[in-house]
Amino acid sequence: MTTDPDARSTLSAQSTSSVEQATVEAVSQLEAATDLEAVAALEHKFLSRRGWFAEAKSRIGALDPADRAAVGRSLNDARSQLEAAVKAARARLSASLSEDLYAAERLDLTERLPLKVPLSRGRIHPVTAARYRLEDVFVGMGYSVEEGPEVESAWYNFEALNIPDWHPARGSFDTIFVNLGEPEEVMLRSHTSPVQIRTMENRKPPIYMVAPGRTFRTDTADATHLPAFNQIEGLAIDRNITLGDLAGTINTFVGELFGRDVKTRLRPSYFPFTEPSAEFDISRPDGSWLELGGCGMVHPNVLRSCGIDPEIWQGFAFGFGIDRLAVMRHEIDDIREFVNNDVRFLSQF
Amino acid sequence: MKVLLSWLKEFAPDIGEVSDTNKISEVLTGLGLAVEDVTVTRSLPEGVVLARVLDLRPHPDADCIQLVEVDDGSGSTLQVCCGAFNMTVGDLIPLARVGTVMPSGLEIASRKMRGQTSEGMCCSALELELGEDAEGIMILNDRITGENSENKADPSLGTPLGEAIGIAPDVLWDLEVGANRPDAMSVMGVARDLAAGLGVGFEPPDWSTDSAGSSIDTAVAVEIADPSLCGRFLARVLRNVPQGPSPSWLAARLTALGMRPINSIVDISNYVMLELGQPSHAFDLSKVAGARLGVRRARDGEIIETLDGVERSLAVGDGVITDGNDKVISIAGVMGGACTEVSADTSDVLVEMAWWDPPSISRTAKRLNLSSEAATRFRRGTDWGDNMMRCMNRFVQLASTVGAAAAPGVIDEHGEVPERDALKVRPQRVNRLLGTELSYSQMAEHLRSIGFRADLRADFASDSQDSDSQNSETETVGDEASDAVLEVSVPTWRWDTETETDIAEEIARLHGYENIARTVVTANEVGTLSPYQKDRRLVREVLVGAGCFETQTMPFVSPEALAAVGLGGAGISLTNPVDDNESMLAPSLLPGQLRAVAYNQRHFNGNVRLFEISHVYLDAPDGELLPDEREYLAVALSGAEAPEAVAVLDLLTESLLLPAVELRATASPSMHTHRSATVAVAGRERGVVGEVHPEALKAAGIEGRVAWLQLDLQELLNGPKARRRYRPASKYPPSEIDLAFVAVQEVAAAAVERALKTAAGALLVRLELFDVYRGSGMEQGFRSLAYRLRFQADDRTLTDAEVAEVRERCVAEVFKRTKARLRG
Repeated sequence: MTTDPDARSTLSAQSTSSVEQATVEAVSQLEAATDLEAVAALEHKFLSRRGWFAEAKSRIGALDPADRAAVGRSLNDARSQLEAAVKAARARLSASLSEDLYAAERLDLTERLPLKVPLSRGRIHPVTAARYRLEDVFVGMGYSVEEGPEVESAWYNFEALNIPDWHPARGSFDTIFVNLGEPEEVMLRSHTSPVQIRTMENRKPPIYMVAPGRTFRTDTADATHLPAFNQIEGLAIDRNITLGDLAGTINTFVGELFGRDVKTRLRPSYFPFTEPSAEFDISRPDGSWLELGGCGMVHPNVLRSCGIDPEIWQGFAFGFGIDRLAVMRHEIDDIREFVNNDVRFLSQF
Repeated sequence: MKVLLSWLKEFAPDIGEVSDTNKISEVLTGLGLAVEDVTVTRSLPEGVVLARVLDLRPHPDADCIQLVEVDDGSGSTLQVCCGAFNMTVGDLIPLARVGTVMPSGLEIASRKMRGQTSEGMCCSALELELGEDAEGIMILNDRITGENSENKADPSLGTPLGEAIGIAPDVLWDLEVGANRPDAMSVMGVARDLAAGLGVGFEPPDWSTDSAGSSIDTAVAVEIADPSLCGRFLARVLRNVPQGPSPSWLAARLTALGMRPINSIVDISNYVMLELGQPSHAFDLSKVAGARLGVRRARDGEIIETLDGVERSLAVGDGVITDGNDKVISIAGVMGGACTEVSADTSDVLVEMAWWDPPSISRTAKRLNLSSEAATRFRRGTDWGDNMMRCMNRFVQLASTVGAAAAPGVIDEHGEVPERDALKVRPQRVNRLLGTELSYSQMAEHLRSIGFRADLRADFASDSQDSDSQNSETETVGDEASDAVLEVSVPTWRWDTETETDIAEEIARLHGYENIARTVVTANEVGTLSPYQKDRRLVREVLVGAGCFETQTMPFVSPEALAAVGLGGAGISLTNPVDDNESMLAPSLLPGQLRAVAYNQRHFNGNVRLFEISHVYLDAPDGELLPDEREYLAVALSGAEAPEAVAVLDLLTESLLLPAVELRATASPSMHTHRSATVAVAGRERGVVGEVHPEALKAAGIEGRVAWLQLDLQELLNGPKARRRYRPASKYPPSEIDLAFVAVQEVAAAAVERALKTAAGALLVRLELFDVYRGSGMEQGFRSLAYRLRFQADDRTLTDAEVAEVRERCVAEVFKRTKARLRG
């Protein structure tokens, strides 16, 4: 308990002005306090049961009755002012105390030591990313995504696709054969077209599907070739699908993939499994054309191979490289990077 | 197929000039003859003309140049200063007039040289890029009056040089010709298409010579023993065939089209093939025993030495030409034999032109791995019609220009050519396929432009109408004519064209793909990924979230690399691998992943976290032709220990709702013998987890450990799934207790956990292993497993007595099952 003779004497003067003056003084003492202990001491001195406020209140009865009410009011004012001043002093001092604690925990966020438990994101392969984009575009157009084996029989890779064994086109596929069955009876698929056949064998038209997947040719790996690469094949079989639909469909997905201002062009070509056949090109900014893939109306022999009546059903097929799409998108100058799997490469996508 | 503008114009004069190159290229591409390359050749600068030297005078003030007075046909004499001294008065020379831009970029101006005016430049061969000679001015006297028989009269002075010496600018196209276009494998065929595309005339020249007479019948005989092999066989005899080189213009054209000139008879054969599409073969008649040719299939084991000096063994089915002794002297349509080859002392030549069955030629060429320009044409199907005789005439005509004389008479034997009835083409069907609204007459016009016959039949069945019933064509596709068809006769040069769809393609091609309106068709169904495909994407997301990079590796692997990962003897081999060493298809993703890890280590990338989703190839099940191919998932964490791979497995288990995942201590090849386990899901083994065997890592050149997870993704994602059922969180406080057990090494923590779960039942809401202790105070071969168990009930606060009771049950059950005691 603090008994301050000055304070007592000051407060013993029982008048509103003396109360106000003492209050101003007390508030300024609280404002000047530099730690929480000092605030606690002042609080005790002024506001405790034996503090000056309590004491002053006890003396009200001794005053002239005419003054009692006014002094009582000013004492109440003084009390709330003091309480507020105590609260403010506490808040001021404890805030600066927390700030000191926080300051002691200071960290430089640019000091990047490795975490004990690393937090890092990997990446999907850029070719997978390209495949996702394609799948999403075609799913959006109502197509399903079909898959099939990579090791295929001559039936699925060639014969059902209207490429009999003597056909000149067979040689152009540079097929990698597998030592199973008769010679050249089993092979690594040279295109994703076998999935067309498998789908048509298993499902009744109408069929709208794409088949993305890995394909194989006897190409030695260099900056633009890999013996294993990825293609996507599309197939639509319905009652009245036309060559005009094929051109329009290609235009639609090219616009979705490359931008609406990219134009497309079909020009006659030859594939044994389509007729009429075409190559499709997309326009470059300089106005020249870039060949993207092959397409055409599914050959009646192919439909017959799958037990589909070509008098009722007809449709189109198209195909192009997925890897090439990724190459174009990221301007990759050597596609062997796709299979080196260097994380410095993989982490850029 | 390469073609020259000048050559095309011999068949279709109005297709255009050099300046039309771009337009012609576009039309060719639009017709399906894709232009792979186009070059303008032999272009001389404008302004270089033929001039005559009138006078030569020394320069008064310079020794190294002289003054040349020339007549350039302009009427006035020009003075030119020239540094060459090889001219004499009267010589014909090339003069670059003032204003000419030389190939070097130099523009010729009128100027003064040491006080003397020079109005032009006398040119050397090098300056005109016509030769290497830079020493003197090109003297053209011989070029104008000499062998160049194409120029009848001497050209006058002032004639552009190219015209004067027969060097006109030309355009060379390299075209990609599809296997369905046998007709376009010749200059004539390309000209026919191009003329149709441009709407100009097409007319092959007439080279017919007098082939009357029958003396050939007594000189040689041809017998087609196998008509299925040979549809037609023409033969003529040429006498006194010279062996010298071909005329330079002919050699130049062969060279331009990519063939090497050899001697006149071979060159003529090649020339006719390039020009008209028909390959031919020349036999030295004196070497053909009995002067008789036979056509049959080879007998197994017959041997022939071919022109390239290789002895080849024939198989049944190969087409051959035999001599009078039935000895094989040529492989039909593929390559001639050495024994009847035309040589320096050949005088009389038997020229053979035949139509061979394309599949037969194709099989033989493929089996013998022999590809020639001739075989390429035969396997696509050559023309068996009138063109054969045209080719023979052209051959004879060209041979006559080098001095050979054709014996009278021609042998024309027939076998089986493809039966070609007129095709029924339904215009509605064509329009339905193409999405066009072409009239009958438009279709017919397109077809006729390339030599098809197309006539409208109101009713195909009643074949009584006059075939020239043009007036029955209607301009629109009306219902009243819906049963009308086009009767189309396919020309003999389109072997590949035999169906209505083939005809539709021709119509589309000539109509122009770009003239077909574009429409879009969308599936009448909701497109969606399959549940498997969605889950596979989820797997990638989870692994990417776990810091792993997706890889793509080649599935090819060497037998040694397979042995090094403990998979020796397994795998499916390739017949013709790209890399002879990597002759196997990988039955596991491990070899590819180890290669990727090693690559990153070699390139100082340190430890990496990789994954891959790819196919593996396991032995074919009994009775199946194709391998058991499966899609696997592999995760390789270099520098990490087995628990990290298990943690990845746990993530996948959680994300994919895999039911009842267990780790079984089963040994697997290629895995660390004491740090690996088999992963079983719902009681079935689906893969392995742990660390790769140190020996396998050593073989792959990898330092440190590699944590590994490989799962059969297909089985995993298509298999059963755990059900995820919502359970409200309990409102009552949980109680936690710690229990540490001392268990012998051989007892799996999983076994202890199973016991705890069984004993605690539904009250156990969380079970966590928080410490494993081995070391001092612990008996050898034992370790302490410390668990924190959280109990909680949904309907009440558990009493101390209840918790104590559960605790007792847990301790008892663990001991009962594993003999592990509470740590004292």
